[in-house]
Amino acid sequence: MRDVLEGSQAIARAVALCRPQVVAAYPITPQTHIVEALARLIADGLLEAELVSVESEFSAASVVLGAASAGSRSYTASASQGILLMSEVLYNISGLRVPVVLTCANRAVSSPVSIWNDHQDSMSVRDSGWIQLYCADNQEAVDTTIQAFRISERTELPVMVCVDGFTLTHTLEPIDLPEAGQVDAFLPPFRFSRSLSSARPLTQGTLVSPEFFTEMRSLQHGAFDLAEQEILAADRDFGALVGRDSGGLLRVEGDREATVGILAMGSVYGTLKDAHRSGLLGRPVRLLCLRAFRPFPSRAIREASEGLSDLIVLDRSLSPGSGGIVAHEIRSALYGSGRAPRIVNFVVGLGGRNVPGEIFQEMLEALEKDPPAFSIFDLDPEKLPLSKDPVLPTS
Amino acid sequence: MVEIRIHGRGGQGNVLAAYLLATAAFFEEKFSQAFPSFGAERRGAPITAFVRIDATPILRRSQVTSPRYLILADDGLLRVSETLSGLSPEGAILVNSSHAPEDLRKRLEEEGISLGTGLRIATIPATRLAMEALGRPIPNAPLLSAFLSLTGILSTESLGRAFAGRFSGDLLTKNLALVSSGASLVSENLWKEPTHA
Repeated sequence: MRDVLEGSQAIARAVALCRPQVVAAYPITPQTHIVEALARLIADGLLEAELVSVESEFSAASVVLGAASAGSRSYTASASQGILLMSEVLYNISGLRVPVVLTCANRAVSSPVSIWNDHQDSMSVRDSGWIQLYCADNQEAVDTTIQAFRISERTELPVMVCVDGFTLTHTLEPIDLPEAGQVDAFLPPFRFSRSLSSARPLTQGTLVSPEFFTEMRSLQHGAFDLAEQEILAADRDFGALVGRDSGGLLRVEGDREATVGILAMGSVYGTLKDAHRSGLLGRPVRLLCLRAFRPFPSRAIREASEGLSDLIVLDRSLSPGSGGIVAHEIRSALYGSGRAPRIVNFVVGLGGRNVPGEIFQEMLEALEKDPPAFSIFDLDPEKLPLSKDPVLPTS
Repeated sequence: MVEIRIHGRGGQGNVLAAYLLATAAFFEEKFSQAFPSFGAERRGAPITAFVRIDATPILRRSQVTSPRYLILADDGLLRVSETLSGLSPEGAILVNSSHAPEDLRKRLEEEGISLGTGLRIATIPATRLAMEALGRPIPNAPLLSAFLSLTGILSTESLGRAFAGRFSGDLLTKNLALVSSGASLVSENLWKEPTHA
């Protein structure tokens, strides 16, 4: 049903359509509205689920780990420091191969303190063994949330649905919420193959000696190959029910024949697409929207980059001392492929800095001036301290 | 596409104002988008919220930096230079103020603040109206209905429907009365443009 909803409300209702049995979360801006809305749905009797109020994100993650291990469909959400506080448990959830869905309302990580949007939080746990899907708009956030439960339960890998904080979570816009029947047809009840039960005792999370540890990790890595197929299948099957798709692993749009491409992840893609449609780019540009960051779709990226001489990769996070994180992985995927484009990495929109449509034309102009392989594009040098004029008092 | 920026202070319901406009647009089968730009989350702090309304799906997610219209929930914000930033020269400002527009201009000029001669300004005493009807200084109903009456972007009936989706009972009745009275205090379609989606 089409409605006009705040992103967080829509995500909560999408979660409810998936009939989770356990929800545990600790509030943190900009995730709070999602969990508040779920709590209200449960209190109003519209969702039959156990809502566990916890005292921290560490506990939130631990509760959903336990609940899912016992066979309950489980959901949590967090952001920023909350994701970091969860991080030990995130590794446990994925290492134990327990299906869980988590919404990350993407927010910068302190210090300095920022409540605003960038991708530093989810990027900080990119190696934790979770599938990561980034949403370009709130419709994708709704549809991806529903798809995430099926992907997670079929692959036995946890899924993090990454939704830009404020830019999506606090934006009200028209959204088509699927009907309960459509979701039920797509998502069968959760039957966990290794569900804990006193009738069939087994131990999870036991010590694994060097004799088997490598094999456990290899199996976990191998599961991500299957995950690529499940992500594509979920988007295709759900798309057939609702008449739209969420971009599979990677969306390729704009001018297919262009020799210059711009790759973005998350909600900035909408502004990029708008700039392209409005003729703001001033030249033909191929647009790439990366949805799956884990598994990292190397083959799809190689195919999408064919014929490009230059590819601008946008990053909304930073690995200090190294550069943009997405760009490193794109370079790695394209290295050695012979006709790989030049990769120019621009970090933009850290800590909620506005990313206007005009910035993309500036990037294309910068491309002509032999830019460095990596730079923070929207840096304002006037705000930097001069070496002879330190910002901190020395006395 | 019509781009609107709302300036107010935390606690006045400015984000809700943006959501109400976008919801009213939805009822007229238009595409819309509303989102806040929070500063420090506390009462009294300046708050900005953005609204876009168009006949086709809205892809842009950047902040509204060159609005066609400004809605100010507090006339004191005219003293903050960022408030008018990027406003289209053909744009217009609706201010929640107990002063008439000429009076407001004169008062600001005495303080050395010029609003520009071409800029269209209208005022409505929305806080006073809200205090009388609701007993609370939430100016949304008269302010938004006056805005829609001036611009003709959407009908005030659609705004009423948006209120009905958020409020019920006595509070809804009072807000709907404020929607009517707010609209009647300004010149209908004074700012109407043929290009409005």
